[in-house]
Parts: sequence; structure tokens; C-alpha cells
Amino acid sequence: MRIRTKGQGQELAMLLPALIFITALIVVPFLLSVWFSFTDQRLVPRPIPTKFIGATNYERMLVDPLFWQAIWNTVLFALIVTPVQLAMSLGAALILNSAIPFRGFFRSVAILPLLLPMTVIVSIWAVLFRIPSGPFNAVYQWFAGQGAYVDFLGNPSTAMLSVVALSAWATFPYQMLIYLAGLQDIPQDLYEASKLDGAKAWQRFRYVTWPGLRNVNIFLIIITTVGALKLFTQVDILTKGGPNGATTTIIHYLFKQGYATQKVGYASAVAVFFFLAVTAIALLQRRFLKNEGEA
Amino acid sequence: MADVVFTAVQKRYGAVEIIPGLDLTIPDGSFTVLVGPSGCGKSTLLRMIAGLEEVSGGSIHIGGEDVTTRDPSQRGIAMVFQSYALYPHMSVADNIGFGLKLSDMPKAEIATRVQDAADTLQLTHLLDRKPKQLSGGQRQRVAIGRAIVRKPKVFLFDEPLSNLDAALRAQMRVELAELHSRIGATMVYVTHDQVEAMTMADRIVVLKDGHIEQAGAPMELYRKPATPFVAGFIGSPKMNFITGEEARKLGGDTVGIRPEHLRITADAQWQVTVRHVEHLGSETLIYVTSDSLGPLTIKTEGDIGIDPGQQVRVGYDSADLHRFKSGARAEVYT
Repeated sequence: MRIRTKGQGQELAMLLPALIFITALIVVPFLLSVWFSFTDQRLVPRPIPTKFIGATNYERMLVDPLFWQAIWNTVLFALIVTPVQLAMSLGAALILNSAIPFRGFFRSVAILPLLLPMTVIVSIWAVLFRIPSGPFNAVYQWFAGQGAYVDFLGNPSTAMLSVVALSAWATFPYQMLIYLAGLQDIPQDLYEASKLDGAKAWQRFRYVTWPGLRNVNIFLIIITTVGALKLFTQVDILTKGGPNGATTTIIHYLFKQGYATQKVGYASAVAVFFFLAVTAIALLQRRFLKNEGEA
Repeated sequence: MADVVFTAVQKRYGAVEIIPGLDLTIPDGSFTVLVGPSGCGKSTLLRMIAGLEEVSGGSIHIGGEDVTTRDPSQRGIAMVFQSYALYPHMSVADNIGFGLKLSDMPKAEIATRVQDAADTLQLTHLLDRKPKQLSGGQRQRVAIGRAIVRKPKVFLFDEPLSNLDAALRAQMRVELAELHSRIGATMVYVTHDQVEAMTMADRIVVLKDGHIEQAGAPMELYRKPATPFVAGFIGSPKMNFITGEEARKLGGDTVGIRPEHLRITADAQWQVTVRHVEHLGSETLIYVTSDSLGPLTIKTEGDIGIDPGQQVRVGYDSADLHRFKSGARAEVYT
């Protein structure tokens, strides 16, 4: 039996604007992508009509070595940047949550990177990475001697780490703010009770702070991972995916396929694959972390 | 077992002085209640005993040992918080045994002590549950269990019943009093509720603005309040105060008489008008007023037939009057 409540029409009317936006900007484009992924759609319309080609785009994608390299680079980036960024954020939040002098000032300074567009941050870091005499190399030469330098972005073994360092620094204040809110949500009484129980600073972190941040951690691990999987701007400006594909990420690969080579149908197949993969990862993380917390 | 001795204890936050200099001895094995209005410094005193607040001046001794600068865990005390402060991710058993685990006590002994505390507090069937799965009263028991297992010299209670409903509060008052008589440890209890103070304490310390207004046995404070503040704070309903010309006629600047010591009789001294009547079943509270006396409250036993607007006469025994001059007791009741 269907139950109709009195205010149902009004509720639907209030939801309608959001539903229209979500449908127009997310659902329809995604469904179009799914459709394009089974066609030979090009970016610029051609005289030959677009035709349905079945799973050909997916078959080509799965045998392309650059696609797999992009997958590996993306996963590697996410695996490194997520713990590094969360550790930095938590460390900064713990410091800014403690009774340090000028705490308000330091809190303001710490969120400055959030106010800068990523393109500006990347441009600044490009200067820092410059060879042979950028600021980072100046520090390196201080240890390694005059004339020595590291080609941070030109060397396949350091390029990804350079992108990781830049990315971790650029957005960690966002996670830090969420950690700060989480820390302030932990009742002070618990810290006092643990002091009476004889807990030292590390034990208070282990038994009060860390469990108290459980929900914050779940949220941050998921959004940081998903954000890391979408890495594009830093790579596109700094390395264009090089050297030798060492920093090509899945989004950068998708972008190149869609815009540089104009294969929108193929890029759509990559996008659909990426969407499903990210959704699966987020769901798995949620399930795994939830179970861990309940155990 | 231990007494707690404050010697010239001061507490300042910057330029603001919370406790100007306080001397107090809490006897060994006593159930001492620190009572007073918000901001009187009672919780600050308790937290200074616990070591959760630094002392700005003076010293605190527990069992003869100077603990003024010792870590909270090194003072031989246990504290029950108003919020219970149970670790939400730990089971009841882990909450109770946490302090013992941190002190590296063998697991078998922890298990024995936790079991003993659980038996005492009727928590045995709840040991595997998490705090969020417990009622307010059960959480309070767990918090008490966490204090008991450590076998402290002094128990500290910071308004532990404030979050409970009235019925549970009454039940827990009895349980705490029983617990005290069973283990006989020194207990220091902070509350703003004079009913809790009167029913549980063997000694009450009334605080106001960081200093002690009066300390003594509950009935001593009830019978011989040293100041109008204590007279008004101890007893429910609150003592009636008469000031001005009427007070001077009775021998004080301020004269107090408890609602239960006023009686309505035809030949009584004062004529008053009834404003409001509260029928509580076993007793009746009658709120009256007169031009010369101001508002008064009368408490009578049983349910008496009286209505607002009615004129009645109210009397008293002069032995029940509390006369105060210059803010201090002028005459001792005998």
C-alpha cells in the first residue's frame, strides 16, 4: 500500500531545483559518457556519422600499456599522498589545537595554501624545482657540493615524488581544518580521566585522540583517496605526464585521449572505467573502515 | 585512607582571583560535600585536589604527603566526572580496568578487580557492552567502578548526579552513601544541590566567592547557619528572610525563619495574604505576602484547605528565628 503524506508535494517541490541540477550536470553527462563509450564519437563532428562499435573502446583500453601505466601511477600517487597528507594534516592540527603562543595567527597562516589556486601553487613549485639552481637545488648543493643538482621533474624516479610533495603541501590545510574540528569535538573530560588513569601523552593520543577521530579519519581517507585519484592539474602544468609517462595519471591520460587525439568515445570508456573504480574503492574503504571500527 | 589538607591555597587566572587563600581539612574517611552556587570555586577546589588545576599558591596534602605539584595519577585519588568521561570505544570492562592496564598490572589481577567492582555495582552482565549501550545510571556506575578498582585513598565526585533524572538521582544518592559506608574511604563530593549535600554528607563545606562561609555537619548548618547566605542555601524550601523595621523589632538586621517553622493559627502574630498554594500530597507549600514582611513561604504537613486571596494569620516560636547582624549570626539557637 502506498502511503501519501500531506506534505509530500511540498517536499518534492523543494527538492526539485537540486534534482534538476544533479540530473543536468551529473546524471545526463554520465549517461552520455556511457553511451559515447560504445561509439566512435569524436570531439569535432565529422561528415561520417558516429556509429555504435560495441565494446571496442574497452578492449583497446585494456591492451594499451600507457593506460595501465596511468593506472599504476594513479594508484601509486594515491597510496603515497593519502597517508603523507593525512599525517601532515593531523600533525599540524594537533599542534594548532594545543596551547601554543599566537595560535590564532598560526591557524590563519596554515590555511593560506587553500586560498591560492592550484595553478598558482604549481607555478611557484615549478620555480622551486628549477634546475640547476632553483631553491630546492640550492639546498641540495649545500649538502652535495657545488655543481650537483637533481632534475626533480625530468628524472622518472623523482618526478612522481615531486608531484606527491607538491600535492600534499597544496591541499593539506583542508584536511587539517577537518582534523581540528574533530579534535575540538573530543570531550576534554576524557583527557582528564586518562590523566587520572596515568596515561602519558602518547597513551592519551593512542586511547583518546585516535579513537575519537575515527569518523573523521574514515571521511578524510575516502575524500583524500578520491581526490588523489583525480590528480590532473599538477601533472598537466609540471610534467605533462612525463618523463616517459612516469607521472601520467588516469585523468591526464583521459584528457589527452579526449582533447589531444579527439577520441571522445575512447576517453568516455576510460571515464566510465574510472568512475566505477573510484566508486568501488570508496565503498570498499567505507566498508573496511566501518568493520574495523566496530570490531 | 587519608585526610586532605588545604593550606593557604590560592587560585588565580591571570588577574582574576578565584580562590583568595583557603584553609580546609577534610577528615580521613569522611563524606565531605563542597556546596555553593555556580562560580563559588567548588569545582576548582576539587580539580586542584585531583591535580587537573595548578595551585597558584599554598599547598595540598593528602594523607600527610605534599601532592601540590604531583601528577594526577600519582596522588592516590580517583575521580567521577559529571559527564562520566567513559572511553566510548572501550567496553565496560576495559573502561573499568584501563587505569590498571596503564599501571602494568598483570591481566589476571585486572580481571579479578574488574569482576569485584562489577559485582559490587551490579554491572556483571554489562561488562562487554560499550558506554553508548548503557543508560545514564549504568554509565554512572561504570564511572564509579573505574574509581573503585584503583583502590584510591580519596574519591572525588564532580556533580556526578546532575545528568540523571530525579528518580535515578534519589536512588544513586542512596547507593553512593552505602558505598561510602562499605568502603569507608575519604570522599569529596561537589554539588550545587543542597538536597544532595544534606542527604549524603557527614560534613558540608559551603563556599561563596572562593571562601568558606561555613563548614560542619549537615544538621549543624541547618540549625545554626553562620551567615544569611548559608541560612538561605541550606534547607528546602529556602529560608524566609525579614529585613527592615520588622527585623529590628525581632532583634537583627536580617531575621530568618524556615518555612517549616511557620504555622497558620487564628491567634498568630502576623496577618498575611495567600498568593499561591502548591499541594504536594504529603505537604503543602503556601506562598503569602504582607506589606511589612514581604513575601514568605510556609510549609505545612498534609493537604490543608486554603485558597489564594485568603487572609490568614501566621505564627512562629521565637526559638526558631535566626537573627543576623552585619552579615553574621547574632544569636545562637538553643
